Amino acid sequence: MSISREEVLHVAHLARLEFDEEEVERFTEQLGEILSYVAKLEELDTKEVEPTYHALKLSNVFREDQVKESLPVEKALQNAPERENGFFVVPKVIK
Amino acid sequence: MEWHRLSLVQLREKLRSGEVSSTALTEYFLKRIEDLDPKVKAYLTVTREEALAQAQQADEALKRGETSPLLGLPLAIKDNICLEGVRTTCASRILENFVPPYDATVIKRLKAAGAVFLGKTNLDEFAMGSSTENSAFFPTHNPWDLTRVPGGSSGGSAAAVAAGLCAGSLGSDTGGSIRQPASFCGVVGLKPTYGRVSRYGLVAFASSLDQIGPLTKTVADAALLLQVISGPDPQDSTCAPEAVPNYSEALEMDLKGVRVGLPKEYMGEGLDAEVRKTIEKALEILEKMGLEVKEISLPHAPYAIAAYYIIAPAEASSNLARYDGVKYGLRVKGKDLIDTYKKTRSRGFGPEVKRRIMIGTYALSAGYYDAYYKKASQVRTLIARDFQKAFQEVDFVVGPVAPSPAFKLGERIDDPLQMYLSDIYTISVNLAGIVGLSLPCGFSSEGLPIGLQIMGPHFSEPKVLALGHQFEKTLDLRPKEPEI
Repeated sequence: MSISREEVLHVAHLARLEFDEEEVERFTEQLGEILSYVAKLEELDTKEVEPTYHALKLSNVFREDQVKESLPVEKALQNAPERENGFFVVPKVIK
Repeated sequence: MEWHRLSLVQLREKLRSGEVSSTALTEYFLKRIEDLDPKVKAYLTVTREEALAQAQQADEALKRGETSPLLGLPLAIKDNICLEGVRTTCASRILENFVPPYDATVIKRLKAAGAVFLGKTNLDEFAMGSSTENSAFFPTHNPWDLTRVPGGSSGGSAAAVAAGLCAGSLGSDTGGSIRQPASFCGVVGLKPTYGRVSRYGLVAFASSLDQIGPLTKTVADAALLLQVISGPDPQDSTCAPEAVPNYSEALEMDLKGVRVGLPKEYMGEGLDAEVRKTIEKALEILEKMGLEVKEISLPHAPYAIAAYYIIAPAEASSNLARYDGVKYGLRVKGKDLIDTYKKTRSRGFGPEVKRRIMIGTYALSAGYYDAYYKKASQVRTLIARDFQKAFQEVDFVVGPVAPSPAFKLGERIDDPLQMYLSDIYTISVNLAGIVGLSLPCGFSSEGLPIGLQIMGPHFSEPKVLALGHQFEKTLDLRPKEPEI
């Protein structure tokens, strides 16, 4: 199993990452090797096997719907790279 | 007095009897950190002032005769667990200046139990790695041989315990990140049942696998810390509702006639000869203790790494989408919002984190989901079933923790696959969500520690800790300590 340079660039865009030329080359090679290794999963017949997404069979965990104190706005914003009037500031998204 | 040679349980007695104060003990460990950590590099942040203030409070409580379970004991915390007001970096540039506005649930519980926090320990960036070399800041060195890795990703926590730079510590384990460094550093490390310990405030890597656990000098110490941090938490809906038993009281339970299974897949190709010999000796000791040892099979074990390296990166790629330069962490401005995301993430994440985000994004992308993520999750079912079957035949599964003792710094850093293979014996435990304990069982001819792994079914911590404790007493490896 190998992965093409174009696929690497496409996946990088989906993951919101960008690479320089050398990185693209290295990642194409390394991801190809890793994908070849995981291809061994194909040796197993899993047609009738239910997937496991969680180790414990917990479902519908409920709690009382009570009003509690939440993190104050000032504290929630304390790590924001940019903030203004109690909001996070982001670059303009509407042209 | 060499306080660092004592266990948490022993130090607690010394504190209660007034033989030493928490302040003196804390100053003692801070001095050791100052003297020795420039060589070991276990800590990313040392919280001297806070620690001394906590120690002073503990001393006042001790004088009042209070007996909180960890009152005055100095601990170290892996730097992916949030401690309010103390920088929590995950060893990543993207969180270099992040100061959590709240405590993780485990920290709240440790605080309520009277613990003192010496600081935050180094790790592979976002807990992704097996050597602590993926830290964006610096690698940690193994106290037994400073040219070798301490293992990872909880390498800082394991090295801090081994070097006597704290009395005990917490780590996190997604594929072996507590057990493998415990093995490399000659300390005890426990990965509890998935859901036994709340993950609230643990920076997420792979949410269906991550679990916080203790790294300590002795098994009894691991029981003591587990007691405090375990139990249901309304802030983590994946946390198990099961009541918490008394782990320390269970340590001396009668284990005669208990059956132990050695998977033949764990003793095959790829296992270092010295590790094999040491594990075989450990099995002889278990037999001498009156346990029945038999060979078993976990037929899908050879597929664990492949399944893990789809599932964990898939969950990571989703979890790490939150680092967008908006709410916290690094921001590198681009020409528009998408460009800001890309520049921030590309500058902020290191190579291994990017590699895993790429694998995960690829495995979850349109057209590949069934072939990769679903397939790996089906194989996960087969791996879990192997253990269920084994536990009908035997009470515990035992084997090596890692295929070799600690390797040299730099030896595997350029070969991601080779690095992944060092988790070959630990990963299945996370996929199945069961208990895994790593404890020292011998040394290589070069004097490097070798760990034994004891695995038990969901919520079998009392029995697993009891077996570990009784094995430790029979073997009596301590007080051997590294010379730094």
